[in-house]
Amino acid sequence: MSSDMNFKNTDPIIEVEHLKEYFTISTGFFQTKPLKAVDDISFSIREGETLGLVGESGCGKTTAGRAILHLYKPTGGVVKYRGKEIRTKQDIENFRKKATMVFQDPYSSLDPRMTVADIIGEPLDVQHLYKTKAERRDRILELMDHVGLNSEHAARYAHEFSGGQRQRVGIARALAVNPDFIVCDEPVSALDVSIQAQVINMFDELQSKMNLTYLFIAHDLLVVRHISDRIAVMYLGRMVELADAGEIYDRPLHPYTKALMSAVPVPDPKVARANKRVQLSGEIPSPLNAPSGCPFHTRCPYAKDICRQSMPEFKEVETGRFVACHLVDEVN
Amino acid sequence: MALLEVRDLHTSFFTDAGEVKAVNGISFDLERGKVLGIVGESGSGKSVTAYSVMQILAGTGKIVSGSIKLDGQELVGAGEKVLKDVRGNKVSIIFQDPMTSLNPTYTIGKQLVEAIRLHTNRNKKEAWERAIEMLRLVNVNEPEKRMKQYPFEHSGGMRQRVMIAMALACEPDILIADEPTTALDVTIQAGILELMKDIQKKIGMAIIMITHDLGVVAQLCDEVIVMYAGGICEQGTADEIFYNPCHEYTKGLMRSIPTVKSAGTKLQPIAGTPIDLLNMPKGCPFAPRCDAAMKICIREKAERMQINEDHAAACWMNVRKGVE
Repeated sequence: MSSDMNFKNTDPIIEVEHLKEYFTISTGFFQTKPLKAVDDISFSIREGETLGLVGESGCGKTTAGRAILHLYKPTGGVVKYRGKEIRTKQDIENFRKKATMVFQDPYSSLDPRMTVADIIGEPLDVQHLYKTKAERRDRILELMDHVGLNSEHAARYAHEFSGGQRQRVGIARALAVNPDFIVCDEPVSALDVSIQAQVINMFDELQSKMNLTYLFIAHDLLVVRHISDRIAVMYLGRMVELADAGEIYDRPLHPYTKALMSAVPVPDPKVARANKRVQLSGEIPSPLNAPSGCPFHTRCPYAKDICRQSMPEFKEVETGRFVACHLVDEVN
Repeated sequence: MALLEVRDLHTSFFTDAGEVKAVNGISFDLERGKVLGIVGESGSGKSVTAYSVMQILAGTGKIVSGSIKLDGQELVGAGEKVLKDVRGNKVSIIFQDPMTSLNPTYTIGKQLVEAIRLHTNRNKKEAWERAIEMLRLVNVNEPEKRMKQYPFEHSGGMRQRVMIAMALACEPDILIADEPTTALDVTIQAGILELMKDIQKKIGMAIIMITHDLGVVAQLCDEVIVMYAGGICEQGTADEIFYNPCHEYTKGLMRSIPTVKSAGTKLQPIAGTPIDLLNMPKGCPFAPRCDAAMKICIREKAERMQINEDHAAACWMNVRKGVE
């Protein structure tokens, strides 16, 4: 969380280099086409940091999160955990003890036939993290306590809980193996506003208590802005901008980020009335038929010939600030 | 006389577990050409309010008592013939999910023409032209080509535009929008909201905007109703609700949402879990979650109190403030 900025001096815990994740889509009889869900993204996350990953549906943010955890086998590129490349099966297995995931939908991500204790205890079973039954039980109760669940809830089933409580169960499960890196995939999108704040605060508290590192994937930009230290913006499988959370919101450099930020509905009528929106023409192209050159050129109000012809490089334009745009100097 | 007058409306669902009072005695007016936002959490009764106006409640749902007057005409207990004229003609509705609101087996054109011919006496050709005109109004490019396509060939934003075109085809007095942009991406959402605002100005219809997103309300609405557990806790102009909230629930909501400035601070969530409509407390329904709850809040429901000309709230705190 932004309040403690200690991570600035720490080493990166996750390094992603030229990560690619292509899916093969059948387009006809014996015909296939690669769907480039994630296409050559690179970034690193420092220990104790929260990196927000935003973008519209289909931009590849969820796939990126899953590919980093090796839930999908990456098509290309490298993921490093604490400087060590993840390559062999053994690497992946070890990595999974340190990196877990919280899912979006607390209604479908919990097995309805399992009690809360078993849902939280399952990762402990899989990773053999206890010696006696009593040890297992104690650990489950400890985890439930961390996420603010009552120990009486242990024997209940997921359907007996509200959305917010279910999400707490999901988080307790993610914490079970004692990870230091968690991919949070839209963890508060399915929750009511009043419950959202409880869960966001809990993410915050757990982070400072256990020194966790988050990759926080979400489409609600105000939530991401609130929780993240840095924010990365994706469009059509590519990363278009990466910067400090405050900077990217107050002074976006990429034309897409500008449009995205101006489209955020601000809960303040006077600001909303004064807000001038950057209008985007057209719709997001299908990732199966991604445009040539810069993927954003079909909707970009500034697009020139160079944008249609060549892919802009994702490069550092200011310290710690990356943008993929040919016209970044012209536009700003 | 207001265009729509709702008085002491009670709508319940009769389930095996008992009577669920989804809407529990609400009253409000909607003036011609105004945008009214109804906000609340899931289960607060905001959608059921709208469905009651349209009388399209699901099987077990029933309007128990109250009155809904449209242009002076009583709709509660009205016959199917009257309601048929109201639905689509005078009041239209668009739903949250544009993916499932259109029939996947018919072309966009066929569905639009059907809706137009059902409510007007245009012939097929005139209806087709009207449909193209409507698609143009909602900024669908190449409407002639779009008319011949099926819903699956359109993106979510496009489909929602088609739904809006269909809803507006008969120039209704009221458009009810039930979370129309919740399923859409932000940039698409911004486009749809802008479109609704433009059309509203052009045709001068009234809009009831049902949403849980206070950002959407701030962008679009003149007036706001905040609902909790089937009742109205607060009602007023958008500026009054946002800058001078007078119900503890509304205040809690405003504090709990992340804003541009909230980074680095702690959000102040509303404690507890949403209410169980089968076990409603005796007093104020929000009292079990309210930090400021007093003895009277648990004992007795607060009546609606006028704060000023543009603003009313049902919270005992205002009485206390008045006494002090």
